[in-house]
Order: sequence, then structure tokens, then C-alpha cells
Amino acid sequence: MNILNMTAVSLAAAIKNKEVTVMDATKAVLKQIEKTESTYNCYVTVDKDGALKQAQEIQGKIDSGELTGPLAGVPVAIKDNMCTEGLLTTCSSKMLGNFVPTYSSQAVINLQRAGAVIIGKTNMDEFAMGSTTETSAFGVTKNPWNQEHVPGGSSGGSAAAVAAEECYYALGSDTGGSIRQPASFCGVVGMKPTYGSVSRYGLIAYASSLDQIGPLCKDVTDCATIMEVITSHDQKDSTSVQREDTDFTSALVDDVKGMKIGIPRDYFGEGLDSEVKEAVLKAAEVLREKGATLEEFDLSLADYAIPAYYTIAAAEASSNLERFDGIKYGYRTESYKGLHNMYKKSRSEGFGAEVKRRIMLGSFVLSSGYYDAYYLKALRVKALIKNAFDEAFAKYDVILGPVAPTTAPKLGESLSDPIKMYLGDIYTISVNLAGLPGMSVPCGIDSKGLPIGLQLIGDCFKEKNIIRAAYTYEKARGAFGRKEEN
Amino acid sequence: MGKQYETVIGLEVHVELATKTKIFCGCSTEFGGAPNTHTCPVCTGMPGSLPVLNKQVLAYAVAVGLATDCKITRYCKFDRKNYFYPDNPQNYQISQLYLPICRDGKVEIETESGKKFVGIHEIHMEEDAGKMIHDEGSDYSLVDYNRSGVPLIEIVSEPDMRSAEEVIAYLEKLRMLIQYLGASDCKMQEGSMRADVNLSVREVGSLEYGTRTEMKNLNSFSAITRAIAGEKARQIDLLEAGEKVVQETRRWDDNAGKSYAMRSKEDAQDYRYFPDPDLVPIVVTEEFLADIKAKQPEFREDKIARYKEEFDIPEYDIDIITGSKHMADIFEETVALGAQPKKVSNWLMVETLRLLKENNMDPEDIRFSPKHLAGLIKLTDAKAINSTVAKEVFEEMFKNDIDPENYVEEKGLKTVSDEGALRKTVEEVIANNPQSVEDYRNGKEKAIGFLVGQTMKAMKGKADPGMVNQLLKELL
Amino acid sequence: MANIISDETIEYVGILAKLELSDEEKEAAKRDMGRMLDYIDKLGELDTAGVEPMSHIFPVQNVFREDVVTGTDCREAILKNAPRQKDGMFVVPKTFD
Repeated sequence: MNILNMTAVSLAAAIKNKEVTVMDATKAVLKQIEKTESTYNCYVTVDKDGALKQAQEIQGKIDSGELTGPLAGVPVAIKDNMCTEGLLTTCSSKMLGNFVPTYSSQAVINLQRAGAVIIGKTNMDEFAMGSTTETSAFGVTKNPWNQEHVPGGSSGGSAAAVAAEECYYALGSDTGGSIRQPASFCGVVGMKPTYGSVSRYGLIAYASSLDQIGPLCKDVTDCATIMEVITSHDQKDSTSVQREDTDFTSALVDDVKGMKIGIPRDYFGEGLDSEVKEAVLKAAEVLREKGATLEEFDLSLADYAIPAYYTIAAAEASSNLERFDGIKYGYRTESYKGLHNMYKKSRSEGFGAEVKRRIMLGSFVLSSGYYDAYYLKALRVKALIKNAFDEAFAKYDVILGPVAPTTAPKLGESLSDPIKMYLGDIYTISVNLAGLPGMSVPCGIDSKGLPIGLQLIGDCFKEKNIIRAAYTYEKARGAFGRKEEN
Repeated sequence: MGKQYETVIGLEVHVELATKTKIFCGCSTEFGGAPNTHTCPVCTGMPGSLPVLNKQVLAYAVAVGLATDCKITRYCKFDRKNYFYPDNPQNYQISQLYLPICRDGKVEIETESGKKFVGIHEIHMEEDAGKMIHDEGSDYSLVDYNRSGVPLIEIVSEPDMRSAEEVIAYLEKLRMLIQYLGASDCKMQEGSMRADVNLSVREVGSLEYGTRTEMKNLNSFSAITRAIAGEKARQIDLLEAGEKVVQETRRWDDNAGKSYAMRSKEDAQDYRYFPDPDLVPIVVTEEFLADIKAKQPEFREDKIARYKEEFDIPEYDIDIITGSKHMADIFEETVALGAQPKKVSNWLMVETLRLLKENNMDPEDIRFSPKHLAGLIKLTDAKAINSTVAKEVFEEMFKNDIDPENYVEEKGLKTVSDEGALRKTVEEVIANNPQSVEDYRNGKEKAIGFLVGQTMKAMKGKADPGMVNQLLKELL
Repeated sequence: MANIISDETIEYVGILAKLELSDEEKEAAKRDMGRMLDYIDKLGELDTAGVEPMSHIFPVQNVFREDVVTGTDCREAILKNAPRQKDGMFVVPKTFD
């Protein structure tokens, strides 16, 4: 039995059956990290001692029957923008290079209650701003499928850690595709839940109205299981939604008979790589064979989602990141003359180029005289996009398309042209603007040997539709993994 | 000087609400904790923390809006006001710009020149900032976030006031309404009520407004009066000299009697307001509104009218007593316990006011309970204690809210009504003061006063002066 | 490029955002912001007359806390990450003289 390539759910079952111990799994993951981390750089912080200590405690609770859940004892990695009490939380920024929170984010607390062993904090684009994990202040993360390629972003460290078996599953956050796109690039399953499903308390905000925490994991079963654990109504988060229908694992059904799947023509137009297109359409065919009906339709507005998104996200980010001022925590410049100089120098030295670029843009679009023309206009377009999805979901249970126009680009290719990088988010961004759930499931490997992701989008609170479709597809597809393992 | 000017004044009044907890977190709003002991991740702007609105803040804001004849905004939101300053831990203040909770209200004020209405432009809810402490002679300042996140309402008036008298009358009116609602204690010295003055001048008869300035740091009614006079003179001087008034924020230095511009090239005054995505909209339901309406108290005007009907006490007393909701409550509750209104009023008007003044306290600070005041009045009615002892007991009651009955018992202050004991003392006093006795017998009526005093002294004050008088006359 | 960002604008936005850019960064910021705004101007093609700006996705409203004290003294935790502290407070450059 290769303990490392087990899924989270199968590992927990093996622990429960006393086939392996929590310590075995934890040590195996730590050993794997020792072996491959210098190559991939998935983590900002590996909490070796803490993990071993947790492993012991959790094993005790499993043995005593206190912990019985389907994830008890499974090692997990947390994206470094989620606060973890007593454990460095940097957002991959020099600004928070020394920040040790005294509280944990609610999603992390939910995992801990379910018996998760927290291995460490994963690398990301600085403050989640980026699509490649190259804007991290702590070095780039490399794609385990091919080290010359990026893992995607911003949750690139989480996706790569799952793919490299440096953890069993990970939490990421998705503001414009930051879970789904790296999941696609690293050949793992990733899900962005409906906005409001997972508490944002303790998630260091990029764009509050779009941010949502979700899982990156090895298969759809793990995904549904993790979703059940992290979803909660949190009174500390005003935007948290009280849901009754969070028994996501009940949707792990190998059957899509009668399911209506819409395929937006606008997601298959110019700019989409032909190999990606072929793989995604092939996946759609699989679902049709399984009994779903497919129909092409015009979603419209896809071209407007990116400018609307970057206006809204930059505006919110410019405000959310004001609190990083060198006073209460984080980086303060060495020498300064007076208060405002201290602010400016601390922020200019503490933030990287992409973060500064978005803060500048956001401050500008909110400034006097431009608010209506840019910010309010973007919020109106958001309303139109939401309407377009509402119309689509009146007809379809699930919308199917690619996650990204291409597979993972090479390191260094994307940052030179920000707009080109932003265009890579074209298929994922609308989902955030409309608050919808979306999932990325591996559906193929291109001629360069890089994985391709299939995106399934559901209506708000209809995660179960996409879980069912994804599970059915996954069953038909069969095992998926890196070549050396297959 | 040929031209006649009039001042046009509008006020922005910040009132700290009397909630137990802060506006967006469960930290206590209590005064006086050690620095940063009433803080949490939310009110110190820690990364990842999120605000959740205190329902009582909304209730108070709506209540003040109804009391000032405002329209209540049935769908309102919070906005972020972005500016960097260390007392503002997120570097944005959560406030309301686009959809404030109340709009278009008015209050009636009365000054020597008569009655008039002052319009309320809007009332919005927001969070207070922390406190900056400036260490003399050092190159740093210190920040304490205990006040950060304390709920405020900002009441923005229309530019309807024309004099300092009107401004003071308006502030007193607001204070009265808000105190009656229990929404705040409105103490200017402690900062729970703060006023910024927007002032411009124009030639009498002109319909256009002049350029206004905003004056901050006004900590008392008298400072406001002085600041208005100072700013009016400064603006007129500028205009007379052919210069222009610059629209700016100025800081009043009451000791120097001058204001200073608070300009800095780093303060762009461009707050980039936008709806706070961390808070959800508020919909004021019929039910919520009806509940607040039902709980509105009897305000001062109605109370005055009722007192005139119900109680036979002077109008002057009514005016003073209703000038504080707290005092009016004490009055009414004491009367309800069976005390005679006139007697209750006397205790409030004479001894209470005297002690408040001596101790530099407000009527809101009165601590004795109506039950104890009623008890004291009962003791005097029964002649169980004389008026001198009663005053002594009251003072103790004012300080520590003691139960007068127990106190009198414990300290043995009951009037000696045993005629035998009293007669014995009077006889001793007569024997020991032959000169006064003779003076009295020679027709000096006043001499008896001295003898009464001596008797009271010998009785340690615990005698009924009337009885002493009577006995003396009898024995002489 | 339709949107030309002036030096003054970059300077002004720098004051708002409390960022101090080097000359090189300023040139890059002017170029990037101009390009982004050109791109954002694409939104102008859409007729949004009569469309309410959507700041919140769901009609979730009236989320309140009761007015009950839940906070306890956690000064130590609050000050734990402070770059400079004194007497239980955060130290900042002098703000007033």
C-alpha cells in the first residue's frame, strides 16, 4: 500500500480501520515534503513539530471514539492567506513576513474539529493577486507535472502540494478563479463554493464580495466530503449564508440521466487552445453518454466579465489592504520622516509590483469624479452578468466549459503582460461575479504532458448538481495522475 | 464699517451611543479600562476580521431619527470612508454616505429672538476612532483602540442657524431628546457629544451662501460660543480685506482663542466611499419601526404639560426637574411611592442641586434611589428626624445611596421625643446660661434662639426644635 | 491608448493609496493604468441604463449581533505583532505638535 497516493477519504477510512496511523500518514507527508519541496516550493511554512504533535493528539481522539468523521487524521495544507493561530500567515508578502495570528479562520477551525492535521501554509500569489503563484515574495512554486511550468494561481501552492503528494488535500481561496485554475493546471479537483457558504472570517481579504474558500483535492468524493466539513453558517461573517442543503456527499451518485447541461458557445471561441477544447468537449460527450442532455447556448457578456471584475476587485482590494500600514502588525520600514512617510515607505517596500498595481487602479476607480463611471458601472455590469446566469439556469442544471484557455504556461511567460494574464481568467471570473459554485475536474492531458481541467458551474446553492455531474464523469474517466505514477 | 454680515451655521454633531458593546464587535464600550484592554481583532483591524452590526445601534439611531422628525431610510447600507490615520485601525471608517438611516428631519428651538425650526439633513451610523496619546517632548505618539468601534451617530443639520445662541439652543435640544431616549448621556466634556461647526458669513440680505469652514475640537458650549465669534470675525476680516475665505477644516484652540487650518498635502480629502462588502444591507421592517415607536418615551414638552396638570409644584421646579430625564424619573418614582410631590420637588431643587453643584456633577450622575428618597421624606413626615438630621442623612444618601431608615437607626439619629429627657436638658441649659435667661426675661426675644441652639447641641441635634422652643418658653 | 495618465494623477493616487513609487515604477504605473482603463472602458459598450448597481449578490439582509459583551481582555494578543509598542499601546510617528 502506497500511503501517499491514497485519497483523503480512503486514508481516513484506513486510519479508522487501524490499517495505518495518523502518525504514519503525517510522517509520510513530511518525508515527501523533505524529498520534493526543494524542487516545487509549495509551502511558505511547514509546521513539522506542530504536525507531529497534532498527529498524536488526533490519534488519541480517534482511538477514544471522540473523532469519527470521514477526514479524521488526514494531513492538510492551508493557503497562506487564512489565519492560523500561532502559525505564520504571510499572504506570501513581505508585508506580513512576520505575522503570527492569535486567532484562526473559521474554515480552519472547522477542519480542526473534524480532526485535520495541519501540515503547513502554502505558497500563493501575493495577497492572492495573480494567476501563476509567481508574485509570491517567497519564490515561485513549480508545477509538479513539469517544473518549467507554473502551477497556476493564486492558490498555486495548494494545488501543487496536492499534486506532489505533499499533503492529502488543501484549502485555497477563489476570487476570480484562484482555486479552479491552479486545480486545472495541476490536475487536481478544486471547488469554489457558492458565495457565503464557507465563512470568510480569518481569510485575509483580497476582494470581499468575491472571495470564497474551497477545497483542492484528489477526487470528487474528497471534494464533497471536505465541502461538508468547511461549510458553516458563521455569525462572525455577516455575508455567511444559513444553508440546510449541505449534505454534499449525498450527491456522489453515478447517474446524470435527465440532467440538462448547457455549453456556452462564448467559452469555446477565439483564444481557446484546441487541445483544451477537444478534451473538454470529449468530457461533455461522456456525460451525454451517461444520460445527460447537452445544448449549446449563448451566455453573452463573457467579454465584459474581466473588466468588470478587475474594477470591482481592485477597488475592494485598495480598501482592504489599507490596514497594512506598519503600525499594528507586519512590515515597518527602517527609517522614515514622520507619519505619512512611514506609511508610504512601509507600504511601498512591503508590497510587490502586482499588489501595488491593483491598489493604484482600485484607488483611482474609487476616487472623486471616477466612482460612477468606473465602479458603479462595473457593479451594473455585474448585475447584467448575474441576470444572464439566472436565465441560463432557468434552462440548465449545469453549465460546462473549460477552466482556462490553455494549460499551464511556462514560468515567467505571464507576468510580462498583465492584461494577457488577466485574459486567462476569462472562463472563471463570471462565476465569482455571480456568486456561483464552480468546480474544476481533470479531463485530459495535452501533448506537452500538462493536465487539462473541465469546469462545471452550478446555480447558487446547487453544488450538488455539479458534484453529481463531476462524480459521474470521474467514474467514467477512470484514474488520473501524473505519468510516472500511471 | 459699512457692510452688515450675518453668520450661517450648520452643525455636525457626533453622539456616542449608550450601547454595552461596540458597533461591530462584542467588546465593551465601558470607559476607563487600561489601554487596549477593550479590543479584539475586529476593532483593531486585524487581517481577516469581519464586522457584524450591533442591533441596538440601529434601534437607537432610528429612535433619534423619529424624535427629530426624520424620514427613516427603509433600505440602508454602510459605506467605507477611506483615509489613513493611526486612530483608525483599518484606515477606513465604516460609516454611511449613500443611504444614511435617517433624512429630512427638524427640531424646534427657542431663543430670546423666538422659536424656529432647525432642519436635520441626515443622521448616519458610524464607528468611533481610537485615542491618540501624545507624549510631551518625544518624537512618537501612542495609540489606544479602546474607543475604536464605539458606536456613533452623526447628526448633520441644515445651515439653518444664525447665531451662537441658536447653536447652543439646538445642541441643548438635541441633548435633551437623546437623553430622554436613553440613547446617550451626551456629555461634551467626556466626548460623548461632539460638535463640528460649519460656518460661513454673507452680507445681510444676500441669498447666496459664503464659503464655509469646518471647525473641530470644540469641547464645551462656551468653547463653541467663542469659536463662532472668532471664526465670524476672521472671515469678515478676510472679506473686508478683499481676500477670500478658503474652504477648509480648522482646529479651534480654546486657550489661544484662535483656530488653525488643518491642511496637509497628504490629506487629499478624497474618501473614496463605496458600499462595505463585509456588511449586508439593512431593511427597516414595519415591525421593527412599530416596536421603536412604541418604546419612545414621553418627551420633555409633554412631561411639562402633564406635570402642570398633575402636580401642584411651581413651574420653575417643573422646568428644572424635566431638564433631566433622570431627575424626572426620580421625581415620578418617588411620588409614586407615596411621597408628596411638593416635598420631593424641594429635595431635588434645594439639596440635590446644591450637592450636584458642589461636586461638579450633572443630574445624570444622581445615584440615590427613589425608594430611599421616599423613605427619608417618610421619616421627616413622621417627625422621626428633624430637618438638620434629615439634611445630614440626605447627604449620605446622595453620596452612597444608603437606606435612610437603617442609617438613622444605626447612627442613633432619631429625634428624642421623650419629654422627660428633653425637659432635663432644657433645665440644665437654663441653669448654665444665666445671662441669656436674663436677657430673655428682660424682653430680648432673640435670646431664646441661643438657648434653643444650646439645647440642640446638648441633644446632638436629635431634638425637635419646635418642642425645645415650647419647653423653654414654658420653663422660663 | 485612449487613457493618458498624467504625472499628477499618479502622484495623487500615490497620496490616496500611500504608495511611493520610484520614477521607473511611476512610468510603468502610468502605462499599466492607462492600458487597464482602456480595457475597462469596454464596459461603456453595454447599455446599463436603469440597471441597479449590484454590490451584494444575495438578498441577505439584517444580520445583527445582540448587544452583549463577549470580548475579554486580549491586549497581549492584540499587541503581539506590533512593530513597536509602549505602555500597552502602539507606537507611531508623532501625529500632533
